[in-house]
Amino acid sequence: MIGVGKIKQYTNVLDKPLSKGRQEVSLSGFAYLFSELVQYNQTQVDNIGDLERRLEDAGYAVGVRVLELLCHREKGNRRETRLLGILSFVHSTVWKVLFGKVADSLEKGTEHEDEYMISEKELLVNRFISVPKDMGSFNCGAFVAGIVRGVLDNAGFPAVVTAHFVPVDGQQRPRTTILIKFAEEVLRREARLG
Amino acid sequence: MAPAVPRSGDAIFANVERVNAELFTLTYGAIVRQLLTDLEEVEEVNKQLDQMGYNIGIRLIDEFLAKSNVTRCVNFRETAEVIAKVGFKMFLGVTASVTNWDQEGTCCSLILEDNPLVDFVELPDTCQGLYYCNILSGVVRGALEMVSMKTEITWIRDMLRGDDAFELQVKLLKQVPEEYPYKDDE
Repeated sequence: MIGVGKIKQYTNVLDKPLSKGRQEVSLSGFAYLFSELVQYNQTQVDNIGDLERRLEDAGYAVGVRVLELLCHREKGNRRETRLLGILSFVHSTVWKVLFGKVADSLEKGTEHEDEYMISEKELLVNRFISVPKDMGSFNCGAFVAGIVRGVLDNAGFPAVVTAHFVPVDGQQRPRTTILIKFAEEVLRREARLG
Repeated sequence: MAPAVPRSGDAIFANVERVNAELFTLTYGAIVRQLLTDLEEVEEVNKQLDQMGYNIGIRLIDEFLAKSNVTRCVNFRETAEVIAKVGFKMFLGVTASVTNWDQEGTCCSLILEDNPLVDFVELPDTCQGLYYCNILSGVVRGALEMVSMKTEITWIRDMLRGDDAFELQVKLLKQVPEEYPYKDDE
C-alpha cells in the first residue's frame, strides 16, 4: 500500500546539474507513449468528458513542472506578473521548448474580455491520432490544454483551458485552438495594474 | 537490386523527427503518477507498465525494421547488439551496451547509463518496490516476441534505487518458429 514516508536521499536528485534541455528522443517514441496514455485512460472512464478531464489532469502535472523548469532556465527566475507577459511566455517559450516551434497564433477573443486563443495547425500530440466518429468532438489536445492550465495556474493566473477543433476551409484536418478563459480575479488584478 | 545496407543508430536518429526529451520525460512521469493513483499497489503498477510497454513493443518493431534495414540476425548475440546500438538510439536517443553473456549465449545484460525516462525523478520511500522504467522491459519483450523470440526480462540494477546504472537482463526462453498461416493442401 502506498502510505506516507520521507524521501530517502541516495544521490540527491536536486544536486544533479540541470540539463540544458537539448536532449531529444524520437517523435515516434513520444507518439507511442502518448497513445498508451490515451488507451489506458480509455479503459478507466465511461464517457468522453471524463477522458478529456483525465488527459487534462495528466497535462496539468506536466505544465506545473515545465513552468518551474523554464522559469529557472530560460528566464533567470523572473516571474511574469502581467497577462500579456504570461501569454506570450506560453505562446513562445513553452511551445518552443516542448514542441520545437512557437505556436501558430495568439488571439484575443472578440466576444468576451477574458478569453484568449492559441491556435496551432496541427498539434504535435494529435499528429498520429485519429478520432472515430462516435467520439464526437473529443480532442487529445486536452493534454496540451492541461499543460497550459498547469503553467497559468502556478504562475498566478487561474484559468479554464480547453482544446477545440476548428475546421478550416481548404484544409482536410481541422486546426486546433486552445481556448483560455481567465478567472475574474486575474482580470480585476490586471485592470488595477493599469 | 542491391541489398540495403543496415544503417547505424546515429544515422537513423538524425533522420527521424525528434521532440524535446523533457516533454517525453514529463509525459512518462504523468503516466506513472496516474497509474500510482489509480492502482495504489506498486506491483500492479509494475505489471501495468510492462503491459503498456508490451503494447508499444509489438508496434514499435515494425517501425524499427522498416527504418533500420537490419538484416536477419543470425543469433541472439547479434540481436542484443542491434537492440542496444540501433534500437535504443533510434527511439530514445541513447545507446546501451551489452555485457554479461552466459555460456550458451542466451542471456545477457543491457546497460543504460543515460536514460531520458528518469530525468528529474526520485523514488519516495513508499514506492521502493516500483520499477519506474518497467515500460522498457515491456517494449523489448513485445518487440522480440514479434520476431519469434520469447524472452524474459528483469531489472538487475536501477539507478533510482541507488545503483550506478540501469541494467536489464534479457533471457531468451525459446525461439518460436513462425507459423505458416495456410495449410499446404488447400
